[in-house]
Amino acid sequence: MIPVINSGDTAWMLISTALVILMTIPGLALFYGGLIRRENVLNTIFLSLVSFAIVSILWFVYGYQFTFGTDIGGLIGSVSNPLFAGVVESNSLSNYAPTIPTGLYAVFQMTFAAITVALISGAIVERMKFSAWLAFIPIWITIVYMPIAHWMWGGGWLAQMGALDFAGGTVVHINCGMAALALVLLLGTRKNAQLLPHHLGYSIIGAGLLWFGWFGFNAGSALGATNLAVSAMIVTNLAACVGMMTWILMDKLQTGKPTILGALSGAIAGLAAITPAAGYVNVTAAIIIGFVASICAYFAVSHLKPRFGYDDSLDVFGIHGICGIVGTLAVGFFATPLINSAIKGGLIAGNPMQIAIQLLAIVVIASYSLIMTYIIGKGLDLTIGLRVEDKEEVQGLDLTLHEESGYRLS
Amino acid sequence: MKRILAIIRPDKLEVVKQALEEIGCHGLTIKEVRGRGRQLGITESYRGHDYKVDLLSKIEIEIVTIEVHLEKIVQTIVDTAKTGDIGDGKIFISPVDEVIRIRTGERGDKAI
Repeated sequence: MIPVINSGDTAWMLISTALVILMTIPGLALFYGGLIRRENVLNTIFLSLVSFAIVSILWFVYGYQFTFGTDIGGLIGSVSNPLFAGVVESNSLSNYAPTIPTGLYAVFQMTFAAITVALISGAIVERMKFSAWLAFIPIWITIVYMPIAHWMWGGGWLAQMGALDFAGGTVVHINCGMAALALVLLLGTRKNAQLLPHHLGYSIIGAGLLWFGWFGFNAGSALGATNLAVSAMIVTNLAACVGMMTWILMDKLQTGKPTILGALSGAIAGLAAITPAAGYVNVTAAIIIGFVASICAYFAVSHLKPRFGYDDSLDVFGIHGICGIVGTLAVGFFATPLINSAIKGGLIAGNPMQIAIQLLAIVVIASYSLIMTYIIGKGLDLTIGLRVEDKEEVQGLDLTLHEESGYRLS
Repeated sequence: MKRILAIIRPDKLEVVKQALEEIGCHGLTIKEVRGRGRQLGITESYRGHDYKVDLLSKIEIEIVTIEVHLEKIVQTIVDTAKTGDIGDGKIFISPVDEVIRIRTGERGDKAI
């Protein structure tokens, strides 16, 4: 059968792509921007904006093909058309989604690469040099993101083994969580390491946009306007809702009062955990995943972090890293061919080996991201320097690094 | 001429303002301030961590008046801003050397 373009699929993927862009600009930027000191609000938002811009450019210079080009030894793709030359002109349909144009698949995937970098910024806010962040983005996206995305999604060795990650539990969430951990180990603790949000209103809008955009992220990963996309949308929303209610319950049990930041954190925990599973599991599994992920993230943030003393400022490892692991592992248990006929399924579908494959993917991707990010960060620390001067940190980065302030009297 | 600086609970602003208007005291300036007195130690909780926040939000009302009205105004503020619990605030009174109305250049009592 000769593949033909499907206008319904193409329309849905165009919308999905725009939805995922909304997650970074301004969703994540606002979510993070509300949680820090008022003196750092612009710098924090800025980190997400430049991540998106730099990754978008590199993606079409070489990144897409480095990730999704013809496989070389299971490790990386080949860059046969730098600057995307001739790809759109050829009117070709995507090898990965035969009913939509190659260019559309590429720009959809670009949004995933961009938000993964922007997510990392939540861990390093309020103390990292802007110049060091600008240098970090292209190096990290090339050495860490592109290979991992190729292994999982670009026909690389993990994909060949049958590892499953529907929309980015490993590639996006475990990856950004471990990279965040590596950077905060290098950067050290802030002088004022409290999480006292200066403007929760921003964070509420930001989290709302993340939730909304996540339907593009997960249901879009069905790569077409199909029943699978519908299934992914339902389980995505359910995991978010269960995650939210679970965190509220944890708040009530642990500190006595339900909090709105807790509710938002729980929703994001549920969303992150359902991401790798969204196209493989049913409603029951989604409820379990949202519940377990929210509890794990709660304890990672409230107990694990203070116990070990790393300053993961906005809990990128605690929420995205941990929930990415929970969700990726959950695929090994709950994936079912009844939802997605392209797979064999997990333990409950009679394929216990899937758990081992998922575990391998988690361990490999987590260690690769942690180690490589640590090396990149160390290199930047020895050259540019990662951390701002003490004086700049105290005074706030908006004024000292950008000569702007988020709030003024007149 | 005297200046009254009254630091009160934010939720008392409306009743204080209204009571002052009823006794004919219209002119006032309001600031949102943060501070502390004996009312220490309220707690805020974010992502499972408790933080002690020891600077509390208050409203500062500034009024300049001639001395005959001073006691009446002070008494009105005390009566309306009081709850009887710790954290009701304080009133400071100090002399004012000169008052000048910018529009006309008038000075002294007339300019208040």
